[in-house]
Amino acid sequence: MENKIKKATREAYGEALVEMGAEFPNLVVMDADLSGSTKTSMFKKAYPDRFFNMGIAEANLYGAAAGLAVSGKIVCASTFAMFATGRAFEIIRNSIGYTHANVKVCATHAGITVGEDGASHQTFEDLALMRTIPGMTVVNPCDSVSAKALLHKVVEMDGPCYVRLGRAAVENLYEEGYEFELGKANVLREGNDVAIIATGLMVQDAMAAAEKLADEGIQARVIDMHTIKPLDEDIIIKAAQETKAIVTAEEHSVIGGLGSAVAEVVTKHAPTRIEMVGQKDTFGESGKPDELREKYGMTANDIYMAVKTVL
Amino acid sequence: MTIQELEQMASKIRVDIIKEVYHAGSGHPGGSLSAADVVTALYFEEMNIDPENPKMEGRDKFVLSKGHVAPLQYAALAERGFFPVEDLWTLRKLGSKLQGHPNMHYVPGVEMSTGSLGQGISTCVGMALANKMDKKPGRVFALLGDGELQEGLVWEAAMAAGHYHLDNLVAIVDWNGLQIDGKNEEVMTVTPIAAKFESFGWDSLIIDGHNMLEVVNALKATREAEGKPLVIIAKTHKGHGVSIMEDQAGWHGKAPDEETAKAAVEELGGVWNNGK
Repeated sequence: MENKIKKATREAYGEALVEMGAEFPNLVVMDADLSGSTKTSMFKKAYPDRFFNMGIAEANLYGAAAGLAVSGKIVCASTFAMFATGRAFEIIRNSIGYTHANVKVCATHAGITVGEDGASHQTFEDLALMRTIPGMTVVNPCDSVSAKALLHKVVEMDGPCYVRLGRAAVENLYEEGYEFELGKANVLREGNDVAIIATGLMVQDAMAAAEKLADEGIQARVIDMHTIKPLDEDIIIKAAQETKAIVTAEEHSVIGGLGSAVAEVVTKHAPTRIEMVGQKDTFGESGKPDELREKYGMTANDIYMAVKTVL
Repeated sequence: MTIQELEQMASKIRVDIIKEVYHAGSGHPGGSLSAADVVTALYFEEMNIDPENPKMEGRDKFVLSKGHVAPLQYAALAERGFFPVEDLWTLRKLGSKLQGHPNMHYVPGVEMSTGSLGQGISTCVGMALANKMDKKPGRVFALLGDGELQEGLVWEAAMAAGHYHLDNLVAIVDWNGLQIDGKNEEVMTVTPIAAKFESFGWDSLIIDGHNMLEVVNALKATREAEGKPLVIIAKTHKGHGVSIMEDQAGWHGKAPDEETAKAAVEELGGVWNNGK
């Protein structure tokens, strides 16, 4: 894994937007004064006539996005995940979700790896909020390769999507050209002792934890759950049936996110023991991303320890 | 239509509103009645629309930002021929296309699902931007309540509309002065309305919202808009046309009983006909 390229999923987003701008003449990109950070500035440079900065007004960002979408545009509207899903939740719910508008809420700087900005900017609630909206597809890519590929799928499909993107650079776990399907999770490593179901940047940590476990003779299956909704229930049920226990890993609250979604499936179809790695019921703070991941229990070692607990 | 014909249609629409809300047993008659003249003038005179082809390219669009006065929009659409008038008596019933607040996927002619205040005008900013991008001639009309102006989102949208010079966007404020808890100035002052919009880069017109000639002329003036969005502030009376409801905040969201409904319909010059 030492040779893996490291790139933030938001970088992949900016690149994907420029690629897709040529392919989709009705693609419109919007931002709320964070285009340099969210990387929508790359699209703005390439297609200035199809970019709208709505200023520091997230509610109107998503309301106007809905208006453009019902007028036939494909809209990718970006800001930080905290303000997209928190500030504008009800606009996304009513003007985008209820209308099933073709708006892609592509939100960056999710989770604890926002780092130094601190608790006000670190959202752990976004996946929980977005997956409760009927008809909303929820995507959380783990690396830049999957981010780019999944963003193409998101723009190709009709209807609202939430795409969670990160600030921090992450290892590339996929080879270019890998075929992704929304709603179909990928098994990145086979194993029948335990299943680690991870999403977003925690997938790289799941892989690292699996290697450490393998050294001790424990074979962990690692699943990249890049789509939180619709959830790949089959792969979860299979994991529950074929392994002794499940560990979920996410850079998100353990309340309402991937862990909860997996538990909802498992309790109904194949009850098994689950340990959840994620942000506990607490706010974050300022610090370096890696320091914060360690302090708040979202590292490869936390996944390793969770496996030890559950087995 | 002549002014007199428009006035007659407005009365017919008011009768429909009373009957709709009577059958539903709930709903919002007060603000439906206050904005009935403006909405009649839009649907029967000013807007370029086609009931046979609700998705006609380049059409004008109307968004009911004050989505709770759905009975008014439904009555106007039905009378204009978008769907049968009999459907109006299904308002708010289980399985009806006529939801308590409008749903764009159920009702032909409804351009945007609304109900949560402030969101309609915000989506209109996107629609107007799209028409500009595509060089489409259609204008976008949003009807707002005066109480709705208390929503911060209205001013985010107003700022963006001014910034992007959306002269194809018209906001109409139904200024009846009343909201659920009482008078605007007692709940939360919204005046001066024109000065607020103007400071965000809009042009403004203040009219008597029950004078059909003034209403028609104001809407006609929107064709000449250049470089700025326009707000038409229509001074109205809540419950206009039905004396028991006029200027009464209590009739914001309450259905009349049969006796009251029948008297209201007759006062408006309509025929009760068992409420149909």
